[in-house]
Amino acid sequence: MRAGAAGLAVWPRWRPVHDNGELKSGETTMAYSEKVVDHYNNPRNVGTLDKNSAEVGTGLVGAPECGDVMRLQIRVNAETQVIEEAKFKTFGCGSAIASSSLATEWIQGRTIDDALSIKNTDIVKELSLPPVKIHCSVLAEDAIRAAIGDWRKKNGAE
Amino acid sequence: MGAVLSKDEARPAVALPIYMDNQATTPLDPRVLEAMMPYLTTKYGNAASRNHSFGWEAEQAVDAAREQVAGLIGGTAKEIIFTSGATESDNLAIKGIAEMYRERGDHIVTQVTEHKAVLDACKRLEKQGWRVTYLPVQADGRIDPGELERALEAKTVLVTIMAANNEIGVLQPVREIGRMCRERGVLFHTDAVQAAGKMALNVSEDFVDAASISAHKIYGPKGVGALYVRRRNPRVQIAAQIDGGGHERGMRSGTLNVAGIVGMGKACALAQEELEREGRRLEGLRDRLKARLEAELDYVRVNGSMEHRLPGNLNMSFVYVEGESLLMGMNDVAVSSGSACTSATLEPSYVLKALGLGDDVAHSSIRFGLGRFNAEAEVDYVAAKVIEVVRHLRELSPLYEMVQEGVDLSKVEWQAK
Repeated sequence: MRAGAAGLAVWPRWRPVHDNGELKSGETTMAYSEKVVDHYNNPRNVGTLDKNSAEVGTGLVGAPECGDVMRLQIRVNAETQVIEEAKFKTFGCGSAIASSSLATEWIQGRTIDDALSIKNTDIVKELSLPPVKIHCSVLAEDAIRAAIGDWRKKNGAE
Repeated sequence: MGAVLSKDEARPAVALPIYMDNQATTPLDPRVLEAMMPYLTTKYGNAASRNHSFGWEAEQAVDAAREQVAGLIGGTAKEIIFTSGATESDNLAIKGIAEMYRERGDHIVTQVTEHKAVLDACKRLEKQGWRVTYLPVQADGRIDPGELERALEAKTVLVTIMAANNEIGVLQPVREIGRMCRERGVLFHTDAVQAAGKMALNVSEDFVDAASISAHKIYGPKGVGALYVRRRNPRVQIAAQIDGGGHERGMRSGTLNVAGIVGMGKACALAQEELEREGRRLEGLRDRLKARLEAELDYVRVNGSMEHRLPGNLNMSFVYVEGESLLMGMNDVAVSSGSACTSATLEPSYVLKALGLGDDVAHSSIRFGLGRFNAEAEVDYVAAKVIEVVRHLRELSPLYEMVQEGVDLSKVEWQAK
């Protein structure tokens, strides 16, 4: 009697066991929310503004050794105090990219005071970030503050 | 399920997802499963049952497997102890030798890129009064044998140094280490988990006194491994770490995992049979992958020696791109990253850091682990995918932009928290 024979007949010849539709990347499984994936695949407002322009404030936060660097730039209308344009570039994980992409979306069209009211917890909630990714949202909040701080310094407001 | 395949020649271009993480684990070879199946179904005897045929056939199967495992590394069947896997084998070798030879000395030598099973076993012994020297590695991932020579003392009992590293695939100069130890009467254990079945390894020619092997790294089942322990010239003794029914000549009690052991035996026999041909094939695939990536992308670097390396391993850093974000973009490809974000500790790989890599470069690393079931079309798919995702992420990378503009990143004052 060969108990295994029936099972072996349907066994794929060259792609065994892992062909179950599930995928594990890296050492730990990571689940990303749909919104994080969307921002990762279609990041909003990627780009660079002229950092030497008086209208532009630049925030560069994080460090390469830590695995996260965000650069967020804003072009502000001095009269209305409205952020007319926001751009970002981020080196970091998907959640860091999504947090900064979301931040540019949220601050565009807002006054700088209004933009400063954005809290990292708002980003956590919107993107459903897990606890290990909260630092990404903190970095995005820091980037907003740094960009606004830079603009204010340039424009004699601080 | 992927595409239904009738014959080998009917392979589709690629079926997704692609598994290219064969240093983490390997799929079970169907031939191994076939060998195991009777012992999971009708031949369920306990190999320790001495008074009926069920026990005898189990014992015979274990003995045959013992020959196959020993054959792979040039040992004899009586020198093989079956365990639950390589972690247990490493623990048994290191703690078992330390306990048995305590009166000889109090010093152990290992090196910094060992697997945690070795490092943590050594740390445990340090708490019990042993002194442990952790040799550094050079930029290519190999130890300097001269440094080992200087580390050896009269009180050194054991040297434990891996044959091949699990992250970077770098081979240590095992024979040179073995010879040095033998000349000085120091015992030599090697964690051969990644090397066994992938490259020539011979316990006699390499002067190995103890070696750890795992089944699931060579297309066998998980949960079974072996420890080779030399029986003559010199005869090595180990103190059991698990007490009980006196199985495995008292060195490792516990009912034998007969089906797993049979699978491990078959896996070893297949690996031995196909070793050279498969090694050349994997090297070809690996070099193809490397060549494509290097041709299409700038700022890439290979981590660890290319010359002294497992055929199926490629560990590369895609500088200015963070590893986890790279994995996220290749969600139909299973590979590993040395990025902090993929580890539980949020620290980048200690192996890569030991090579002298900055944290930023370690964060950018990907380990490609090619194996028996990877085809050329899969390599091409993975290469194209990596190139696409790295380009996408570099468009997003402020670091890449700064470097393009000539900024020296090491001179930037980063505002790290």
